Order: sequence, then C-alpha cells, then structure tokens
Amino acid sequence: MLQGPVVILAAFAYLGVLFAIAYYADQRADAGRPVIANPYVYSLSLAVYATAWTFYGSVGRAASDGIGFLPIYIGPTLMIALWWVVMRKILRISKQNRITSLADFIASRYGKSALLGGIVTVIAVIGILPYISLQLKAVSASYLILVQYPEVVMPPVLGEASVRQDPALWVALLLAAFTIAFGTRHLDAAEHHQGMVAAIAFESLVKLLAFLAVGIFVTFGLYNGFGDLFARAAAVPKLKAMMTPLEGVAGGYASWVWLTILSMMAIMFLPRQFQVTVVENLDERHLNKAIWLFPVYMLAINVFVLPIAFGGLLHFPEGGVDADTFVLTLPMVEKQEGLALLVFIGGLSAATGMVIVETIALSTMVCNDLVMPVLLRMRSLALNEKPDLTGLLLGIRRGAIVLILLLGYLYFKLAGEAYALVSIGLISFAAVAQFAPVVLGGIFWKGGTRKGALCGLLAGFAVWSYTLLLPALARSGWLPIGLLEQGPFGIALLKPLALFGLSGLDQITHAMIWSMLANIGGYVGVSLVATPSVEEHRQASLFVDVFRQGGEAGGARFWRGTASVPELHSLLARFLGAAAADEAFEEYARSRGRRWRRDPLDADAELVHYVEVKLAGAIGAASARVMVASVVKEEAMTIDEVRTILDEASQVVVYSHRLEQKSRELEAATAELRAANERLKELDRLKDDFVSTVTHELRTPLTSIRAFTQILLEHPQVDAEQRSKFLGIITKETERLTRLINQVLDLSKIESGKAEWRESVLDLRELIGDAVTGMSQVFEERNIKVDVEVPAKVAPVRADVDRIIQVMLNLLSNAAKFCEPGRGRVRVALRDDGGALRVEVRDNGPGIDPSDQGVIFDKFRQVGDTLTGKPHGSGLGLHISRQIVEHFGGRMWVESRVGEGACFAFTLPHG
Amino acid sequence: MAKKILIADDEPNIVTALEFLLQRSGYEVLIARDGDEALKTVESARPDLVLLDIMMPVRSGYEVCKRIRERPDWAHIKVVMLSAKGRDAEVNKGMAMGADLYVTKPFSTRELMEKVKGLLPP
Amino acid sequence: MNEKDKAPRFVALCMLGVVLFNFPVLALFNVGGTVFGVPVLYAYIFAVWALLIALMALVAER
Repeated sequence: MLQGPVVILAAFAYLGVLFAIAYYADQRADAGRPVIANPYVYSLSLAVYATAWTFYGSVGRAASDGIGFLPIYIGPTLMIALWWVVMRKILRISKQNRITSLADFIASRYGKSALLGGIVTVIAVIGILPYISLQLKAVSASYLILVQYPEVVMPPVLGEASVRQDPALWVALLLAAFTIAFGTRHLDAAEHHQGMVAAIAFESLVKLLAFLAVGIFVTFGLYNGFGDLFARAAAVPKLKAMMTPLEGVAGGYASWVWLTILSMMAIMFLPRQFQVTVVENLDERHLNKAIWLFPVYMLAINVFVLPIAFGGLLHFPEGGVDADTFVLTLPMVEKQEGLALLVFIGGLSAATGMVIVETIALSTMVCNDLVMPVLLRMRSLALNEKPDLTGLLLGIRRGAIVLILLLGYLYFKLAGEAYALVSIGLISFAAVAQFAPVVLGGIFWKGGTRKGALCGLLAGFAVWSYTLLLPALARSGWLPIGLLEQGPFGIALLKPLALFGLSGLDQITHAMIWSMLANIGGYVGVSLVATPSVEEHRQASLFVDVFRQGGEAGGARFWRGTASVPELHSLLARFLGAAAADEAFEEYARSRGRRWRRDPLDADAELVHYVEVKLAGAIGAASARVMVASVVKEEAMTIDEVRTILDEASQVVVYSHRLEQKSRELEAATAELRAANERLKELDRLKDDFVSTVTHELRTPLTSIRAFTQILLEHPQVDAEQRSKFLGIITKETERLTRLINQVLDLSKIESGKAEWRESVLDLRELIGDAVTGMSQVFEERNIKVDVEVPAKVAPVRADVDRIIQVMLNLLSNAAKFCEPGRGRVRVALRDDGGALRVEVRDNGPGIDPSDQGVIFDKFRQVGDTLTGKPHGSGLGLHISRQIVEHFGGRMWVESRVGEGACFAFTLPHG
Repeated sequence: MAKKILIADDEPNIVTALEFLLQRSGYEVLIARDGDEALKTVESARPDLVLLDIMMPVRSGYEVCKRIRERPDWAHIKVVMLSAKGRDAEVNKGMAMGADLYVTKPFSTRELMEKVKGLLPP
Repeated sequence: MNEKDKAPRFVALCMLGVVLFNFPVLALFNVGGTVFGVPVLYAYIFAVWALLIALMALVAER
C-alpha cells in the first residue's frame, strides 16, 4: 500500500496539520493570548537541533564507529550548563537592542558595522548550505526507499536522476513555499514567529515519538531487550570491537573532544538555534526549564540509536543497505508498513523543522544585513524617499528563502553524494563555530574591536573553506582530486587535509584546529593593536555590562544631536508601515505620560534611540544606524567624552548599589520601628483601659465615703444607730480602696520583677484549709455551701505560702461572687496529677462564655457576669494569680460552659 | 404632694446615702437595682426625677435614659446621670441621650441636692 | 536560590561533565563486559549524562 501517491498524500496531510497549528498559534498571538508562552513549548522548539541528520544519520554513524555520534549531543548538554552565564546574557543584550539575528548581534556589538554583518551573513549562508542539502537528501532518499516497499532497495545515485523527477527539487520548492507562508506573513518588529514556533515544537514531538517507536520495535520487538541485542552483537567480532570504540583508534579521543567542542559551539551559533533560543524567546525565565528539559530531549532521542544500529548491522550483514537508512529499512524488512510510514513522517518532521527555521533565520540575515545596507546606500534607488518599504522588505525575504533552498539543492547536486549525512552536517558545524570567538569574546571582553572581529572571522572562514569545503567539492569531481592528494601546485605542505604536515587526525579535527587558531589569533591579535572607534566603544560597553545597565534607554546617553519628530515618525513608517509606526510612537508617548499627536514630543536622544532600536528590529542594527543618521544631525562625540560618560555610569552604578543597600536597611529599620510603635500603641491602649477601669473602681468607694462623711458632717442630728452604720460603710469602702491600691502595686512589683518571693516547702492540704477558713465568713454571709475534697496525704511543693494563699483567696472570692445567689455551692478539690499537684475551685454560677475564657487572665481584662454584663473587681486578681502560679512552674486555666458554673484550676509541680 | 424620685444604682452604699439625703429633703424615694427594674418602676410609679447610674446590670443607664426619652408621655421626667466615668466623651453621650444633668462621682451631696431641687420646682 | 549563586554551580557542573566525558576517565570505562547486558562504556556514558541533567535540573529549579 505504500505507493508513491499514498506516501505523498501522507506527507501533505502532515504538512497541512503543521500549517493548521501554525495558523492557530498566530491567531492566538494576534489576539494577545499566545499558546507558546511557556517553557515547555520553548524547550521543544529548541529541539529543532535534532534534524534529519539526528533522525537518520546518528544510526549511520553509530553503525560505523559506535559512540561517535554522542558528542553531538553531549557537547550541547555541557554548553547548556553554561547557559545560565552565557545565554542569559545574550538574551538580555538581544532584547535590549532588538537583535533579530546572529549577524545583527555581531554587527551591533562591533560598532553596528554593516560590513561585519554582511560577512557573517555570507559565512552563515555558505556554511549552512551543506546542512540544508543534507535535509533535502534525507527526505528524498527516504521517499525513494519507502516507495520501493516491500523491496528494500537502495535508491540509484540521486544526482543522476533527471531534474524534473528528482524528489529533492520538489522537496526544496515545497519547503520554500511553506517557509514563505510561515515566516513572512507579516513584518514583526521583534521578528517573532509564534505560529512557526508552535509548529516546530509539534514537529519535535513527532520526530521523538517516531524514533522511540522504531527503537522500541527493534529492541523489544525484534530482540528481547537491550541485553539480548548487545549479547548477539557481541558474538560478531566486528561488532564486539565497536563496544570499546575508543581503543586503538588513531585520534580517538582527540576526535571525541573536538566533536564535543564543535557541538558546544553549534548549539549556540547555528542560525536556527539562535533564532529559536534568542529571537523567538518570549520570556527570559523560560530558560530555567529549558536548561534541563532540552538535554532530557536529547538524551531520550539517543537512547535507541545504538540498538537500532546493531539491529541493522545484524539484520543486513552483507552490507547492501546504507546504515543511514536503518531506521526506515528495519521496519520495512519486517513488513511493518505503518511504522515505516511513521518513520518517514518523523524524518520529514525533522527535516522540515530544520529547513523552515534555518531559512527564516538566514533570510532575515540576508535581508537585514546584506541586501538592505547595500540598497540603502545606493542613492540612485532613493529608498530614503519611498513612503513604505515593508513590501520591499518582505519581498527580499521571500526571494532569499527561495534562493537559499535552491542553493541547498545545488550543493546537494554538486557534493551531496560524496559524504555520509553526519559528515555533511559537521562541515556546517565547523562553519558556524567560526562565530564563537567574536560572540563570546564580544560579550565578555570589551577589548574586542571591529577590525579584530573582521580579521578573525575572515581568517577562520578561509581556513574552513580550504580544509572542508574545497575537499568536499574536489571529492565530488568539481575540482581536480590532485588538489587533495598532492596539494596545490604540488606543494605537500598546503594539502587541504594535512595542512602544514598535520596528519593523523580526522578531517573535522584537523580543520577545527587550524581554523580556530587562525580565527582566535586574528581576533585577539588585531583587537589588541587596533584602536576602537567611539561607536565600537559604546557598543562594547552596552554588551559587556548589560546586567549593570538599566533598560533600553542605556544607549541614549551617548547621543547628541538634533532631530525632528515628524521625520523620525516617517522614517519608522517607511519600514514598519504607518500603523505600526503610530503604535510605536503612541507607546513611547504613553511611557512618558503623554498622548501622541496631542501633546508635543521632544525629539531628544531618547526618542532617537527608541526609533533606532525599533528600526533595528525590522532592518538590523547596522542599517538602522544608517537610516537614523540620515534624518538626524548628529554631533560627533569624542572617545574621551564617551569614556567620561561610561565612567560616570559605572560610578552611578556603584552609588545606586550603595543607595539600594541603604534604602534596604532603612526599610528594615522602619519596619522595626513600626512594629515597636504598634506594640506601644497596644500597650498605651491597655494602659488607657486600665486607668479608666481603675479610676472607675476608685471612684465608686470614694463616692460612698465622700457622701457619708458629708452627711455626718452636715447632719449632726443623725441618731447613733445610723451614725455607726454610716461609719461602718465608710470603713468598708476604705478597705475596698486599700485592697485595690495594693493589687495595683502588687502587680507592678511582679511585672517589674521586684516582687519578693519567699520559697518554702508547703503542704497544700493545710494551705487550702487555711484559705477556706479565712473565707468562711463571706460564704456564710452569702449562704454558700463549701465542700473541700483533699486526699489523706499529698506530696509537698515549694512555693511562697503567702502568695499561694493570695491565689486561693482570689479564686474563692471569685467563686463566692459568681455563685448562684441563695443556693451557692463551691467545691474545692486537691489531686495529685503525678508530677504536679492540682487544685480546682468550682462554682455553680452562670459560667463563662468560651470566647471570654482566653482573655479573663489578661491584665486589665474584665469579663462581667454573663447575665448582667457588669464587671466585678479590678480585673487584676486572676492576672496576678496566674503570674504567681507560673512563677512557681505551674499553670492556671479555666474550664466552663455557660450555665454550668466555672472551674478554675491551677497546678504546682512537686517540690 | 411630695415629688417622687427614683434612685437607680447597683451600689447599695451609694443608694443608702442618696436615700437618706432625699428622704431628709422630703422626697418620696423609689429604688431600683438594675436597668430593667428602673424602667419598670418608671412605668409603674411615674417618678418626677430619676437619679441614674450608668454602669448598671442588665441595662446600662444610657439605655434606660434613651427609653425614657422615647416616650412622649414621660417627657416631663427629669433624668440626672450619676457616673464614675468622667471623661468628656461619656458626659456628652449622656447629654445626647437626653439627660438633664450629668454628675460625676464622687460628688458633693449638698450640691447634688441643690441641683435636684433646682430641677424640681415646687 | 539567589541568581548569583546559580552561576558558579552551573560552571562547576559543566566542568564536572568535561572531566567525566574526557580522557582519561573515559578510558577507564572503554573496556569489555556489560552492565545489565549493556556494554560498560555505553552504560557509563548514558548514566553520567542522565546524572548531569538531573543535577542541572536541581540547580535550575531551586
């Protein structure tokens, strides 16, 4: 059933799904509810790193040298461990400067140099072409193999097919159309393609699932798990040797190490990785999850590579089947049609993902850093005067996409047959690794200059071309093969594969050693001698010190000149369209608390910088610089002035750090003061309440005393009986006053720690008896029945006898006060709790509301009789009692339910 | 006919003193120990003047005063508030409830008798 | 964890990875034999890789 039309239909159905996903994500993005704004989609989109090369090529490489494919994924894992330091910085710089591509980043860092941006673009395009051709090769090969089903036949040499029948060409054209639809629907100032990112994340899932499906099928379907598979492979001597592959291989470790380094660079500087990691990033915090999720993805997609490779080698021992196709041919030979089709779709997803993102990234670079700078300089075109250039920009990009894919196809026709998939990919890796010194140097070393970057890049690229590109073309027969074997003009020292006699290394290691030497040497050496321009100096500071500067306005400090608002607006409108320009100016005006077109705006340094950054998002930093310069009259700043500003800036940073520290300290102090003040206020309130209560309690007896003394004074004729009654009242009220005053004084002594405590050994039975006897008169007066239950013998306690008596009297008088009038009943009980003695005083009064039980022991708190609401006493007795009990290591509490009396209890530990 | 005066206070000693003084001045004295009793007595005996303590059980003096003032037919009843609470806010509150006089404890018995006399013209 | 504390931890993890995935440590495991049926070198590489990722997750998410 796997005839051509079925496979093609499946492929189109898959691409249709992709397009639907992208369309949906774009719609959501336009509606302001992005679907991709989460770390999981972000991590999956990074997996665009895994291309057809991973999908088919890893197995091919594993089948030839065991673990040789692993550095390609271990390297990125190691690099990502450094992302917290490196990538976070690149992200921050890129967001502040609206960087939209790797070329833009490098050009911007080295003084917004258009030349440098152009060179980076050229290197990237030439370097990536082999990689794109690899994807075309993989897709067309997998198609040609699949349609032979059920036969497993390797396709004829692809390059010999007539152009019209060549599926690679059709794949290239189809992908071009697809990419144009995805990536150039409209012009976004931030170069965000949310639809594309959603589709790429989906593709990452598809290729992972497809690969895992084959892996599980081979490992557990064809064999009985890993152990069985490896055991059978070990029985074959040739395969057994692959299990210790690092032994005895010339340059085994060197090759391993260089591949690791190469991949570390690739994960940062492949244009598509820069696109998804930096340009498409919506939130810096997504990095946190991606730092480990993306390595997990790489680990997962590699687990089954070796089993599939060994499975393939065991299955096709005679070697008629290319190891690069094992992923597809194993299911086919086992008659698993569905799985084979899934693998084809998986490979397609791996290839399309790579091609789409890569060409979008490259087309942005070609447009912004290669074509536009040239067009803008050509006065005859007079682009400066054109009102709207957005159409032109989109046109250039679309053209670039088609051109890049056709060039990829051309490379495929020229050189594609000579190499295995992995080798083609590595040539591209080596090309983008040339960006590492200027980018990493650029963000950590202010000394790197434009001239240094130019020299380093050109030298590195030249060596790369000579040692990798040239041999590829020579082997394909496009250059005389003698060039490789004897060296140019017969000079052996210049042999491209053994430069200056360096031999015994594999091709990639050899090329990396020489190109990095030339690149880093040129970059550092020339930077050290060359004097940077003002612009370079400024940009170097902005990049290296990005974490020490605040916001996008950072660049504005370096500008001096005059401009006009309408000119700036029309400039922006030309490249972004009038609507987007209006929106940008409104946003700017709002951020300054004004209304665009209503309030006047100042065409000051900040506005100029704002426009330049916005413009940079659309046409790249270098072109933006040129365009802005065309409408503003800029006064040149000397390098000393820039230095002064930078020095001031770093001083300001120091000051602001200090200020921050100070203000933090102040905040802390303020908080403490506030808390203290709250406590004081609370105390003040309590004191107020206390004074109010105490005055009330003092005034009541004073009222009686004063009234009766006045009566006695003014009515001398009062009879003797009445006189003595009145005098009795006066005496009692005086006692009441004295008691209150004593309590207040007592409390203040206890609270201030000045109270005297006389400890002695006590028998609580005796003490309770004394207290009850002391109160007997009160109880009799009120007709209260008192029961005392004490055991025959109790353990002694250590305490102050007078104080404990005071506690008992307080509890007893409270009980007497609250007893049911007329039928009062008080029960006093003593028990040994084991470890402590427990005294309970129970009354049959109205009880205490649960909400009041917590507060009745508080100082100055009074809880009245629940029936009358009238407080009794000063509200100090219980508080003092509890303080006393706690002083001797006991505790005091109340148990009560409304209507069932109250039981006050306290404990004293055994002495 | 002797004017009737109600003493509403829960402090027995103060009641004793006031009762003694008022009887001496020729008034008919009624006594209530809490707010409820005070209102009932006002209802049943219609005193001409009430000496009203504020901190009373069941119903506070403020409430009693308010109830008295709600009845138009009791409008003639004079209310003298007696309280140990002497803060301005409390005095104002008492006056706002419709008291004719607010006396802070402790008070001079002679002055109180003079004020009572002033409120009850013969 | 403070953002400033993360940087040295990540750098240390990277260095750990570089050491474990390099000569001579790698050579120690480039020997015959199997672990749970998997050749020693393969088992070692995947185990260290997984461990490294787990540690990165730990540092990143703290």
